[in-house]
Amino acid sequence: MTTADGKPLKVSLRRALRRQRIWAFLLVAPLLLFILVTFIVPVFNMALRGIENPQVHDIMPQTTSALKAWDGEGLPAEPVYAALVADLQAGYKSKEIGKVATRLNYEKVGMRSVIMSSARHAKRMKDGPYKEAMIHVNRAWGDPATWRLIKRESAPYTFSYLLAALDAHYDDNGDIAMLPQDRRIYVPLFIRTLLMSATVTLFCILLGYPVAYLLANLPLKISNLLMIMVLLPFWTSLLVRTTTWIVLLQSQGVLNDLMVWLHVIDDQGRIQMIFNKTGTLVAMTHILLPFMILPLYSVMKTVPPSYLRAARSLGANPLVAFWRVYVPQTVSGIGAGSLLVFILSIGYYITPALVGGQSGQMISNMIAYHMQESLNWGLAGALGLLLLVIVLVLYSVYNKFIGIDKIKMG
Amino acid sequence: MGGNPDQFVRFLNVQKSYDGETLVVKNFNVDIAAGEFLTMLGPSGSGKTTCLMMLAGFEAATHGDIILDGQSINNVAPHKRDIGMVFQNYALFPHMTVAENLAFPLKVRKMSKSEIDRKVKRALEMVQLGHFGSRRPAQLSGGQQQRVAVARALVFEPKLVLMDEPLGALDKNLREEMQYEIKHIHEDLGVTMVYVTHDQSEALTMSDRIAVFEDGIVQQLATPDQLYEKPENAFVAGFIGENNRLHGQLKSVEGDTCSVALEGSDGIVKALKVNVDGVGGRTTLSIRPERVVLDPDSDQYPNRCQARVEELIYLGDHIRARMTVSGNSNFITKVPNTQRHTPLKRGEVVNIGWATEDCRALDA
Ligand SMILES: Nc1ncnc2c1ncn2[C@@H]1O[C@H](COP(=O)(O)OP(=O)(O)OP(=O)(O)O)[C@@H](O)[C@H]1O
Ligand SMILES: [Mg+2]
Repeated sequence: MTTADGKPLKVSLRRALRRQRIWAFLLVAPLLLFILVTFIVPVFNMALRGIENPQVHDIMPQTTSALKAWDGEGLPAEPVYAALVADLQAGYKSKEIGKVATRLNYEKVGMRSVIMSSARHAKRMKDGPYKEAMIHVNRAWGDPATWRLIKRESAPYTFSYLLAALDAHYDDNGDIAMLPQDRRIYVPLFIRTLLMSATVTLFCILLGYPVAYLLANLPLKISNLLMIMVLLPFWTSLLVRTTTWIVLLQSQGVLNDLMVWLHVIDDQGRIQMIFNKTGTLVAMTHILLPFMILPLYSVMKTVPPSYLRAARSLGANPLVAFWRVYVPQTVSGIGAGSLLVFILSIGYYITPALVGGQSGQMISNMIAYHMQESLNWGLAGALGLLLLVIVLVLYSVYNKFIGIDKIKMG
Repeated sequence: MGGNPDQFVRFLNVQKSYDGETLVVKNFNVDIAAGEFLTMLGPSGSGKTTCLMMLAGFEAATHGDIILDGQSINNVAPHKRDIGMVFQNYALFPHMTVAENLAFPLKVRKMSKSEIDRKVKRALEMVQLGHFGSRRPAQLSGGQQQRVAVARALVFEPKLVLMDEPLGALDKNLREEMQYEIKHIHEDLGVTMVYVTHDQSEALTMSDRIAVFEDGIVQQLATPDQLYEKPENAFVAGFIGENNRLHGQLKSVEGDTCSVALEGSDGIVKALKVNVDGVGGRTTLSIRPERVVLDPDSDQYPNRCQARVEELIYLGDHIRARMTVSGNSNFITKVPNTQRHTPLKRGEVVNIGWATEDCRALDA
């Protein structure tokens, strides 16, 4: 196709639209920049930390290159030990060697003292041969497994954080193996997180569906008031809302007092409803409910009442009409709400931290722990990466079966 | 069961108010015979849908009784009334295929699979959509959706079918086609139909009887030809078909006819006495445009007056002339396009006349 003056239509059209596009881009540019700096870069950075492995590679460069020639059978030859001593000396001097010690200790408990004591000894070593001397300093240097560990961890990138995040590790032979049952932490925590998120989502559907139905079907005056009440939680601080639940649910709290007063339970039998799983579930359901109600409402708003009437006139009783005709038309709303609530809950942090106690902790709390307490950022990054992958998988499954374009908010 | 077949559906003194302040249906009485096609016709907001909804059970009558086949149905739930209904927007279930839509009323009646299949197939063939069973409603054109809606309302063989402006969304040609189709289905199946529309030509085409609504009151309930030929009041005369109205005062009554002094001129015309107060009261005369003759013979047409031609519109088979008659500048006549006629000219003053029985004296 061409325009009247013979230029291809597509070219002309593109030219005509270019100005518009430049304007549009300039309008979103500030936000784009903001998101890039505050969101995309940090996320990328954190994810990178989950696979980065610079310590051995950077702090022990001579050992790293010397080990390249070693085939992993038996003990390495003298030059490798010489490189080790040189690296330990340099590392001790620059005070960097501690990082290597910490890093290797993640993989094999005890490696910290092996490295630190060897470094102290190496400082005083003058001439070789070093092999005998090092094995004398610490027997670990006579064990091929130690060398296999160092060779493995001298690669600039590693799977070992990701493996740790999945409760697996490299065994002494360098093969991937699951940790023994009683030492597994993260997989059960992931499962608990998913189960709790699913429960919260289910509660939100059960509680939110009737409310959304009312919102969509009541006269405007009443439904507006109801909508304000639904949105009210958004206007209250998350911290206030969460602590309110503590006041209500703790064992000396309002609800327990009331039940004791009503003789539903006696004073000794006060129910523990907070600082455990129950507390997390209740508080999170409360906080996430609007994210279920709003998409449901916006879908229900588009379902004309004549469908229910048609079903009734065709002979369906109210329940059948509702279940077979109304609910299927709101599936996209249920899907959108569930996706939002579920994704928000698997990453939820503050609420479980405040009211979760021990049994109500979720994977984000563990990530926070590794960020702030244990300072194992690599593991934190790996856990975060896994969480991100789970969310993306959920998203794409949703997109495939329902379609992300169905999500509307109000 | 089984009541009187002439009173298959009865509305007895039915009133309806939504807000407790105004009555949207004021006092509705009608007997609908089994197998009849009754249309409720009226302007927007006159209460037609409300009456239909009360019959279907989606609105409760504020007062009065609705009787179906000899039984009061005021307290029968909608799904137990066994009334088929076609909605204005069709209300086809978008998540079901056409066949599933049709099967829905049969499934909730717990029919066997084979019976359902058979009935669905037959219903689809009835509306000439045999191959469309596996499509979704969104994949059909407006007319096809409309047919599916009709088929769905009929597939469970209800005795009574309600339709609320089912053709409102279709274009003119399709509308006319569907009017005949629905009419034929009605004749073939012999079901009772109550049909709502605000399109008078649709009502005239399809109905056995028409109830003309206005402001919650039935102005006239009659067959289409009676409504057109013998309107009982000025509203019906104006609402059905084209109509010329002249205002006047009743001078005298002579049996079935009466003499009326026209306002705006000093002529006296004779008219059928239909709906007038007493001598001296105001009245509206109603004359159909096609009953007005040009240059009438004086002995044949006692009613004659002068008219000035204001506007002429050429319509092929006839010419529409707008004239001023006795102060009314919107007096329409239809001049047949015959060879013999000398063509009318704008501004010309001509004689017109009409037969006494074509001029009805109605309420003011
Ligand atoms: N659910 C309702 N609540 C309050 N008032 C209503 C309701 N439904 C209808 N009305 C009022 O009742 C009157 C009659 O409405 P109805 O729907 O019966 O009119 P209609 O004759 O079907 O008009 P249309 O040709 O426009 O469909 C209107 O004045 C309308 O405003
Ligand atoms: Mg209506």
